[in-house]
Amino acid sequence: MGIFVIKMPDIGEGIAEVELVEWHVAVGDAVVEDQVLADVMTDKATVEVPSPVHGKVVALGGRVGDVMAVGSELIRLEVEGEGNVGAEGAAAAPVRAGAAAGASPRAAAAPARAGGVPAEDVSAEDVPAEGVRAKDASAERAPAEDEPGEDESSAEGAAPASKTGGAPAREAAPESRPAASPARAAPAAAPAARGASPAMRTPSRPEGQKPLASPAVRRRAWDLGITLQYVPGSGPAGRITHGDLDAWLARDRNDTSNRTTATLYESHSDETQVPVIGLRRKIAQKMQESKRRIPHFTYVEEIDVTELEALRQTLNRKHAEGRGKLTLLPFIARAMVLALREYPQINARYDDEAGVVTQYGAVHLGVAAQTPAGLMVPVLRHAETLDLWSCAAEVTRLAEAARSGKAARDELAGSTITVTSLGALGGIVSTPVINHPEVAIVGVNRVVERPVFVEGRVTARKLMNLSSSFDHRVVDGMHAAEFIQCIRRHLECPVLLFVE
Amino acid sequence: MQTQTNTTLLIIGGGPGGYVAAIRAGQLGIPTVLVEGEALGGTCLNIGCIPSKALIHLAGRFHEAQALAGGDSPLGIEAPPPTLDLARGIAWKDGIVKRLTSGVGALLKKHKITVVQGWARIVDGKTVDVELKAAKGARSDGQRIRCEHLLLATGSEPVALPFMPFGGPVISSTEALSPAALPKRLAVVGAGYIGLELGTVYRKLGVEVDVIEARERILPAYDAELSKPVAASLKALGVRTHVATQLLGLSEDGKGVRVQGKDGHERTLAADRVLVAVGRRPRSRGFGLSALMLDTDGAAVRVDSQCRTSMRNVWAIGDLTGEPMLAHRAMAQGEMVAELIAGHTRRFMPAAIPAVCFTDPEIVTAGLSPQQAAEAGVDAIEASFPFAANGRAMTLESSEGFVRVVARRDNHLILGWQAVGRGVSELSTAFSQSLEMAACLEDVAGTIHAHPTLGEAVQEAALRALGRALHI
Repeated sequence: MGIFVIKMPDIGEGIAEVELVEWHVAVGDAVVEDQVLADVMTDKATVEVPSPVHGKVVALGGRVGDVMAVGSELIRLEVEGEGNVGAEGAAAAPVRAGAAAGASPRAAAAPARAGGVPAEDVSAEDVPAEGVRAKDASAERAPAEDEPGEDESSAEGAAPASKTGGAPAREAAPESRPAASPARAAPAAAPAARGASPAMRTPSRPEGQKPLASPAVRRRAWDLGITLQYVPGSGPAGRITHGDLDAWLARDRNDTSNRTTATLYESHSDETQVPVIGLRRKIAQKMQESKRRIPHFTYVEEIDVTELEALRQTLNRKHAEGRGKLTLLPFIARAMVLALREYPQINARYDDEAGVVTQYGAVHLGVAAQTPAGLMVPVLRHAETLDLWSCAAEVTRLAEAARSGKAARDELAGSTITVTSLGALGGIVSTPVINHPEVAIVGVNRVVERPVFVEGRVTARKLMNLSSSFDHRVVDGMHAAEFIQCIRRHLECPVLLFVE
Repeated sequence: MQTQTNTTLLIIGGGPGGYVAAIRAGQLGIPTVLVEGEALGGTCLNIGCIPSKALIHLAGRFHEAQALAGGDSPLGIEAPPPTLDLARGIAWKDGIVKRLTSGVGALLKKHKITVVQGWARIVDGKTVDVELKAAKGARSDGQRIRCEHLLLATGSEPVALPFMPFGGPVISSTEALSPAALPKRLAVVGAGYIGLELGTVYRKLGVEVDVIEARERILPAYDAELSKPVAASLKALGVRTHVATQLLGLSEDGKGVRVQGKDGHERTLAADRVLVAVGRRPRSRGFGLSALMLDTDGAAVRVDSQCRTSMRNVWAIGDLTGEPMLAHRAMAQGEMVAELIAGHTRRFMPAAIPAVCFTDPEIVTAGLSPQQAAEAGVDAIEASFPFAANGRAMTLESSEGFVRVVARRDNHLILGWQAVGRGVSELSTAFSQSLEMAACLEDVAGTIHAHPTLGEAVQEAALRALGRALHI
């Protein structure tokens, strides 16, 4: 029986990484020649990877969603006969793997370094100690090297042996945690093998010497974005091989490899790329546009909403059944409507290209709403005409329409000012981004009960912050402050909300 | 009326750099337009590498036949004296050129490259006007081409002497490659590789040849050990070399050149034709390059290791970017630029650019010479193996010359190769490969080289550097 490693195939011109999108087999499955093992995806196409041999799956080289380098180990099969790795290694393996794995991982790494590669530039990268999965260790040597193979393959021998719980590595390291030690022993053996392999025992890169690599290795390094200057070379005279690049990649993927302490927690190196499209792209563009064009300033004021809350609860007790439950939003909207009468420059849209601010008599209030697709801002048209319950009903209707994607175009455009409220998630302060081309946005923070001095006595009051951003090009700090203070007066003395 | 075209890549110059860039760009799916004012293939295919090698071959065959006619050939062959139909020989050479240039045209067509025949004039970094090459008598309209990337591959041209411009008896390599008739006496100004290659051709065809070189020895770009067998061969051929000699100009009667030796003595060398081969300069004039105000090194456009000029998306490759002016360098750069434009990461950082001098014997160099290694501060060892100890060389009647290797003393990394000898140009492949693969002396010494070949001298040189040469 031998081990047959299948590497991630080169799918096309210039593609260095592909995403593993589906496994068609699992560890332990028997596979036949031409059976599809996995689907991998590039940005251009999804490709099936068939098995060139009959065999049994021993190990999978990655998880679905992993972005894997071309040439890294995809899958490891147990096959009749020799396989393509490990066969030569079998003879040499016991000695070296045993030696490397014999002591604890740390101890194994140390002699490996001392005996093999004296140059210090190898030390940090080349001792992948903790946290490196056996997968990475074997990927390190995946491309076959042309050198006479005993030394190279010894570590290969060790890796599958440890994975399958085979003899040499495990038995040699009984005192270590069984789960972790074989995996670690294998990478520890790798530098040992590599260090010992060069025909001439010379420093890996003499001073002042450019990195040595064949044209094919150089090209692959460019494609992978690896700077060869930093890659230790294992070949004669410090020549960098494909195997060295693989080792470097494996190291790169696991920046935990330099850590010296053990951990029980698994390392995660997967990345998920989410295309920014549709609504998300729209949001990204709008936010970017707003922050790029508008010099924001944010003003935060604390509002005592004790009385407002009392009023709201009274109204809810009395009318919740008939007219629907009220949140704070209709009150805030009403306060804004009243304050905006005094500060029309804040209920405006600024066309900075034309150099014109348009102030509106109507208050078309944008209400930021979270939808499954992302942030949307449905518009409460003519908020100045709405009483508390009609406002509440309209907000509910619009939010629902936005969430279900049924909002009409004009229900999502034309706002003159925006309010954003996360309710209980509102935090204590936020810095809202203005809904360009408007000039102001009012952010509502969470209501909290705090001890407050009232006429010399500490009493419990309900407090809420308003965090509001303004376009400083057309709104002065004083007017913004006066506008918010006006809202505060209305909210702290809610009877004012109902005086026309 | 002027027509306007848009393209992604516009290449000015259809020489080895430009046409290779175009082919690679075509392979990568980059819409490409190539502008060439003359025949595709540039200097290399039309008036350089290829035709000169054809004439070297022709002259060599003629010379061999002559030697056999001398009646003292050690091979025991005797033949009547040969005659030369020069016009036929030149037509044969032109046939080769035509086959190769039309081959380039076919390759470009296959890769869907638009070839515009005409002279380019740069308007700005993204716009080029082309004065179309019109059929005789027809009024031609210009074409304006707009591009995202502009690749300058305009090559180089022979340097003229200010006091003795080209014209009349004074010719450049271009004219020397297509003579209507042979002169009686040829004076060659400049003992670099072009002057010596062509001087040897003319000499072998029976012309009296004087070579004038201002510096102390012939082939001053190569080390003395390499040029020595060439100097000996020139002497045996009857080429008169005048080193450390200044050229003063044409003689009054125009039937010779006035020169001044080291001793200050002025004399006249009779010549009815004068070949000026004192070097080549980047072709940076005549197509509006100055409009771009690119950074330059002398006449050469300055580029970085990705062949980027100082202007974004304007690239330059080959002879236009200066020394070494070699077709294979331009080709590699052209290929790289196409890949860069296609979004790949590439750099022009070869381990070596081999150079061949097709004199008789030939000289090949790749990588560092012993002197260059010393100048670079590298502790290097060197060893050579003479062809006198190589069986194959003896059977080819060419046992002069040697192969030399230069390697680091500490790890035996091979730094350079040099060779001189008949037919050694083909060894450049082995030299470059070993350097690019970062081979050590042990790698070459441990490779079985076929017997009997000249290549055995390569292995033996490596063995000798390791102190264990077998055949010397």
